[in-house]
Amino acid sequence: MKLSDIVCFEANVPNLSGVKRDEVIHELLCSLENAGQLGGASSKEIAAAVIKREREASTGMGKGVAVPHVKHDAIKDVVAVVGCSAKGIDFSSLDKQPVYTVIVLLSPADNPDKHLQAMETIFKNLQKEDFRRFLRQAQTHDQIRETVEDADDAG
Amino acid sequence: MTDGRWTRDSDGVNLREEGFTLGERICEIEVEIKNADGLHMRPAMQFVDVAGRFTSDIKVGNDQANVDAKSIMQMTMLAATFGTKLHIRAEGSDAKEAVKALRELVEVRMFDEAPGKKVEEEQRG
Repeated sequence: MKLSDIVCFEANVPNLSGVKRDEVIHELLCSLENAGQLGGASSKEIAAAVIKREREASTGMGKGVAVPHVKHDAIKDVVAVVGCSAKGIDFSSLDKQPVYTVIVLLSPADNPDKHLQAMETIFKNLQKEDFRRFLRQAQTHDQIRETVEDADDAG
Repeated sequence: MTDGRWTRDSDGVNLREEGFTLGERICEIEVEIKNADGLHMRPAMQFVDVAGRFTSDIKVGNDQANVDAKSIMQMTMLAATFGTKLHIRAEGSDAKEAVKALRELVEVRMFDEAPGKKVEEEQRG
């Protein structure tokens, strides 16, 4: 699976306006809703599910990245959206450091394998320092897109 | 010092001891993912949590990758689906306890989640 297959480019948010975790999750879900990616569910409903999951255990895995995610009945295929924050967001991360890149992943409720493949794709890339740095520096849609496509090309 | 030959104990743990005076042990085991949802982030966190209780160096591998069992990022990357076999290798004084505890988590507790279909049928007999 490639990152470009799951990232909804038009929904990416290069300059997140929110500074708090829940604000940012709402912001990214609204963006996915506007791009018609929520299968008829409201951004409010899915954001609530993502936040509920986030409260169980933070998806801020350290190194300035967080991957909030949820499986939901309304979602027909995996979709991800990238948000960048220059200010940094408190995600209660494992390393207690602010998060600069948020990748929200939504997966169908009935396809756990596809969800795992998407997670694998996301984390395989987040392991790479260059990928994290370029996303952190990205300020435009094109820069996010280029970073994602370059990562796919590098394999 | 032993010649480093592997032995297999009654628990199915492949064991090799070297440097008896230091109590260094290498233990390897293969486990199968039995919960329906596989090794998603929450189970991966449990795995890292259990691995972190041991001083041994622990690596986990599938066909594609070999990762540090104490790193949540690396464990999430494994993305092992239901039915996937994982190879666990621990090296250190508590290596055997470590692989046994991890097997317990993966195969017996199944990360406190619902079993996959095949396992469910077996359990029903």
